[in-house]
Amino acid sequence: MKANCWYGKTTLSVEDVPDPQILNQRDAIVKISSTAICGSDLHLYNGLIPTMQRGDILGHEFMGEVVEVGREVSNLKIGDRVVVPFPIACGNCFFCKEQMFSLCENSNPNAWMAEKMFGHAASGLFGYSHLTGGYAGGQAEYARVPFADVGPIKVPDHLTDEQVLFLSDIFPTGYMGAEMCDIKPGDTIAIWGCGPVGQFSIRSALLLGAERVIAIDEVPERLKMAEDGGAETINYREESVYERLMDMTGGRGPDACIDDVGMEAHAPAIINAYDRVKQAMMLETDRPHALREAIMCCRNGGVVSVIGVYGGLIDKFPIGSVMQRSLTIRTGQAHVQRYMRPLLQMIENGDIDPSFVVTHTMSLDDAPHAYDIFKNKEDNCIKVVLKPDWNGNGAAKDDNYPVIH
Amino acid sequence: MSTNQQTGTFDPGESSSTNDQELQTSRSYDANYSVVGARPGLSSSSAKRLARGLGWFSVGLGLAELLAPRAIANISGVSNKHTGLIRLYGLRELASGIGIFAQKKPTEAVWARVAGDALDLVSLGVACTAPDAKRGRITFATANVLAVTTLDVICAMQLSNGKQGIHASASCVVNRPLEEVYNFWRDFQNLPRFMRHLESVENIGEGRTRWKAKGPAGIDVEWEAMIVADVPGEVITWRSLENSDVDNAGAVRFEQAAGGRGTIVRVNFEYQPLAGALGAAVARLFGEEPNQQLDDDLRRFKQVLEVGEVVVSDATLLGTGYMSQRPARPAAASELEGAEMLPSETATNYRSDERRSEGRTM
Repeated sequence: MKANCWYGKTTLSVEDVPDPQILNQRDAIVKISSTAICGSDLHLYNGLIPTMQRGDILGHEFMGEVVEVGREVSNLKIGDRVVVPFPIACGNCFFCKEQMFSLCENSNPNAWMAEKMFGHAASGLFGYSHLTGGYAGGQAEYARVPFADVGPIKVPDHLTDEQVLFLSDIFPTGYMGAEMCDIKPGDTIAIWGCGPVGQFSIRSALLLGAERVIAIDEVPERLKMAEDGGAETINYREESVYERLMDMTGGRGPDACIDDVGMEAHAPAIINAYDRVKQAMMLETDRPHALREAIMCCRNGGVVSVIGVYGGLIDKFPIGSVMQRSLTIRTGQAHVQRYMRPLLQMIENGDIDPSFVVTHTMSLDDAPHAYDIFKNKEDNCIKVVLKPDWNGNGAAKDDNYPVIH
Repeated sequence: MSTNQQTGTFDPGESSSTNDQELQTSRSYDANYSVVGARPGLSSSSAKRLARGLGWFSVGLGLAELLAPRAIANISGVSNKHTGLIRLYGLRELASGIGIFAQKKPTEAVWARVAGDALDLVSLGVACTAPDAKRGRITFATANVLAVTTLDVICAMQLSNGKQGIHASASCVVNRPLEEVYNFWRDFQNLPRFMRHLESVENIGEGRTRWKAKGPAGIDVEWEAMIVADVPGEVITWRSLENSDVDNAGAVRFEQAAGGRGTIVRVNFEYQPLAGALGAAVARLFGEEPNQQLDDDLRRFKQVLEVGEVVVSDATLLGTGYMSQRPARPAAASELEGAEMLPSETATNYRSDERRSEGRTM
């Protein structure tokens, strides 16, 4: 089969690899119809996540058709159309029973690596380095899906791939970012980052009852998409985020702040240079500008929700501001399995149509180019969907994929 | 843990003294079912006496180097310019001397002396190349250092080869009832399902078992073991019998986790590596760190009990060690032939029927 493989910093190759097989009895093999590139894939692309190995298959947002199931999978059958959540979770351990699926204790065979880095290991993830298990990713024609009796959900045929694909990651992730804010009627929520996850946080915050959502970014088309979703916007290149937010909230600050940016934040020149130098010298692994700013801006007693991905260590963390002002920090990789069914229901009800975020649909063969334009925000790229059987002429070979631009 | 828990030492090296009367498997076996914190008996007293002698030698030479570096330079024929360096070496000697007296069993400190000797020999070799070198004196000094080095190596080897084997311990919480967890372990034939190096464990009657394992570099090893103590729901200890390829002993304890959140399993394991300390060092080189190995074994134990089988990813088809990682992509059939453990072959889904009756969890 064809698969998008990592060969080093900004080096990808779509090449032929062996087809996946059933390895555990709760596995399924899925023939992938659509797979997306996630902002967090760019951390791998940029070489910032340790324990990658040459030849690793990338990708953790994917869906398709079940073509094979292991002996122990009784809830799926061949031909089912499913969306696969990016965390791999067993459903049996303490954390799965507590609905904290991204902390599954059994799905990461390389837990020892993560324990060395983080103290404890979280769940296995698809296509996201060896310290999260070393599972082949979903930017491929087929994928092996462990614990297929727990993760994948069947989706109805009347919804397009683009409407349901993002249940695999960015919709639940953006939603959990908003949910962690404990939004009450009348709340003002500030959101750093208008990438795909940020876009879903904006819409989720409004769905959860926020009165105002203020979104922060610098890229015009992303700010435009945020406004279309109901947010007021701040371009941090044009004005001071802190001053503008204080002005908008009468000096009190937003009730909750969401960091939808993570470890590769861009920032005004001097701070950006400072963090880039430290990152390059391995003195810190993550550039936490958005997180620092979110903390400083949040109102007293408010919530800072961190859903953007961090992988290591930071410095100049304003812990004094957090402690003195009774802030709450909430965070975590999305417990996707917890959200898939309710969010699918919202899509079916017409409360939200996640396909709005797609700007590019391309063939899996074009993955290296897709990463390049996504990273550099060229061609107004916000979200890329890759299709293994895309013929490049605006239609899939076996039709019925809508083109959304 | 229960208050009547008894602790004591548990020395695998003594297995040769085992007789059949010890083959009891009940609480009445009034002993030593704990190896927690146990330190096996000290090694031969001669090695320890030698170590103390070497310790005094270290202190003496260290003081001389520190206080009279010029005299030392003269005697050993090296240039007077190096008195600073000689003082530093004096500090090193003092440190290893103190190390020897500070430890009950100064294995590490004596090995540190060996490393120091190597440094001395290198330094003398370098000094010999200097234009103003007094080669006769340097040769004499080198011969002396070599003599002491020989003593150091003999002493360190004896200490390392003593009764103290490799000790590993690990624990995990299994989200299953205590009785089930205990019963699964108590059937030793289950152990190869999650212990990567074990090939088979076979019951041979009278509480005895025959174990087959793959040692470092793929060497086949075999031993027979007996259960030393067995308190249902609390603890099982076992140790190898005479004529074992690898002398070993282990204890596993079971404890209800607080709040009824499953069962805590703690394992202590001790063994004499093949080829003694050298074997252990080689095994470590190949990434076989004993605690890590046991930790990974316990992780697989938990997987078998909680999800029914050992979980594998593409990268860990050939093992979970750093050196065994392969790329995260499907393997070709030819590559899988070398795999040590393929769950689809070895594991029979342990919880299969029960999980079906439990129904889906969400």
